[in-house]
Amino acid sequence: MAKIQSIADLRKFQEDYKAKQAAKKDKILVNVSLATCSIASGGKVILEAMKEESAKQGIGNVEFMQSGCMTYCHSEPTVVVTLPGKDPVCFGKLDETGARELVQKYLKSGEVCGTVIPVNYIRVEL
Amino acid sequence: MDSSKKQLRIATRNCGFIDPENIEDYLGVRGYEALANAITASTPAAVIDEVKKSGIRGRGGGGFPTGTKWSFAAANQADQKYVVCNADEGDPGAFMDRAVLEGDPHSVVEAMALCGYAIGASIGVVYIRAEYPLAIKRLKKAIDDAREYGVLGQNILGSGFSFDIELKYGAGAFVCGEETALIRSMEGSRGEPYTKPPFPANAGYWQKPTIVNNVETFANIPAILVKGADWFSSIGTEKSKGTKVFALAGKITNVGLIEVPMGITLKEVIFEIGGGCPDGKQFKAVQTGGPSGGALTYKDADVPIDYDNLLAKNSMMGSGGMIVMDEDTCMVDIAKFFLDFTMDETCGKCTPCRIGSKRLWETLDKICLGQGSEADFEKLKSLAVNIKDTALCGLGQTMPNPVLSTMNTFADEYIAHVRDKKCPAGVCSNLLEIVIIPEKCVGCTLCARVCPVNCISGKVKEVHTIDQAVCIKCGACIDKCKFGAIVKQ
Ligand SMILES: Cc1cc2nc3c(=O)[nH]c(=O)nc-3n(C[C@H](O)[C@H](O)[C@H](O)COP(=O)(O)O)c2cc1C
Repeated sequence: MAKIQSIADLRKFQEDYKAKQAAKKDKILVNVSLATCSIASGGKVILEAMKEESAKQGIGNVEFMQSGCMTYCHSEPTVVVTLPGKDPVCFGKLDETGARELVQKYLKSGEVCGTVIPVNYIRVEL
Repeated sequence: MDSSKKQLRIATRNCGFIDPENIEDYLGVRGYEALANAITASTPAAVIDEVKKSGIRGRGGGGFPTGTKWSFAAANQADQKYVVCNADEGDPGAFMDRAVLEGDPHSVVEAMALCGYAIGASIGVVYIRAEYPLAIKRLKKAIDDAREYGVLGQNILGSGFSFDIELKYGAGAFVCGEETALIRSMEGSRGEPYTKPPFPANAGYWQKPTIVNNVETFANIPAILVKGADWFSSIGTEKSKGTKVFALAGKITNVGLIEVPMGITLKEVIFEIGGGCPDGKQFKAVQTGGPSGGALTYKDADVPIDYDNLLAKNSMMGSGGMIVMDEDTCMVDIAKFFLDFTMDETCGKCTPCRIGSKRLWETLDKICLGQGSEADFEKLKSLAVNIKDTALCGLGQTMPNPVLSTMNTFADEYIAHVRDKKCPAGVCSNLLEIVIIPEKCVGCTLCARVCPVNCISGKVKEVHTIDQAVCIKCGACIDKCKFGAIVKQ
């Protein structure tokens, strides 16, 4: 049977999603842009490097996700890191070394390193 | 206003924020809510009304009001109607549709279903270029997941409304993005356009009423229906509502996708968001509308960008490619470059486009080679105008635009090519001389030794000279000179 049969079911998915997001509030969130162009410029390599480095550094409360285009062609590959209680920060121009350094510095102790891309848009949220 | 936030993201609202391969992420940001509300609690007429009221116009190039188009198809009686998403994206330098499909495929799936409900269609087709394998993969997954979750397929949410989507692949021909050629291609015929009318909304795919909309147009629809037409129409200019996604490419510091409210000025886009030209070079022009558009210059810096203002400036919105050119760009050469593209992409069905593009290109080539005369200007202009008037489809009708636009805006550059036999930007090699600046030359002999045609002479420690009659302008000497003593002019 289909999972969504009514507006009420739809609302439930919205609530579940909100709850899931709220539950992540104490976690480090790493969102890696993986559109065709981001992958071509090394997105998958930095995702793997960051996963591996996080394990190596014993950082357990980190969650990785993939998303599409972050629109910053000039600084690919890009990653958005959200530390607990902080605003998301977008890092660009990463390579494997830069990605590992990001884990060692920003993920581990909140020390900003590398290329930070300022937020230059307002996102319409529904 | 926060000047660092000139961008407003509606069509790309979810790109880079949600996992495109996880339908629950999309559901979490009120995905499929507009569809659910429409099919269970609204009417097709009300949906069309809302889209009309929002003022949204097609983002694929033509700028036709979307709600009006939908109302045409809705008014037609037929046993079957179709919703087609145009994901052919053949405009060189444009990649916003790929970004949306790879970053937020469900918004397009939802919007197509909404369109189906509005016009009374149960089948949707996405015509997507086969060169977009990741977009295809994510779109397919989105369609499968939507079916599994019950927001696509038979009797959606028990409303009695059924809608499903299939994919058709394009082989990457520019003309197949033109809606009538696209329909032919979907039917398995050659991708050649036909004359309108009949318009697709009356008789399109398999002669049935068909709505063809662009990816970005669709991506706006769920947002319009959730947040309301009044909200959407409060953004933008009088006749162009909402935002537009542009692909900034070429000689610009911040290459990338941007989504900005209609009415933003060129200055804001190029200098504030784009960061100007790299390496301290002077901004010269920006081509909007791709190979069908025209060039804008610094004179137009304060023009609010929208459909009508761009047309008034002899350019067009097109699908949103913005190719930025700096002082080192020759505008005759650029016009030739775009003609080269359209000459390749013409389907050949109509003579003005097939032969006309070739003749335009040849004349431009002649001018670039220094063999042109002022009489060629008249020929170019009259041929261009004739092609615009007589070509069968939008490809041919707009193909002369880069020629007319550059001739108009950069007349002195054309004149320099034919009268003085000079290329002011230093691009057309036939019109250049490579010369040694005596004050800078130390007589190291390096240039003479790398010259493949031995046209540089001079004694050691004395100023060298180039024999212009023999020089082939390869530039090898310029690259080798350590003193910056050799220049093109
Ligand atoms: C040569 C040519 C190429 C085109 N290519 C595209 C394209 O790649 N994508 C697109 O959406 N529209 C393209 N169009 C415009 C379509 O014909 C059509 O107007 C559009 O898909 C309608 O959707 P919209 O109203 O949402 O913009 C092209 C038009 C011409 C003349």
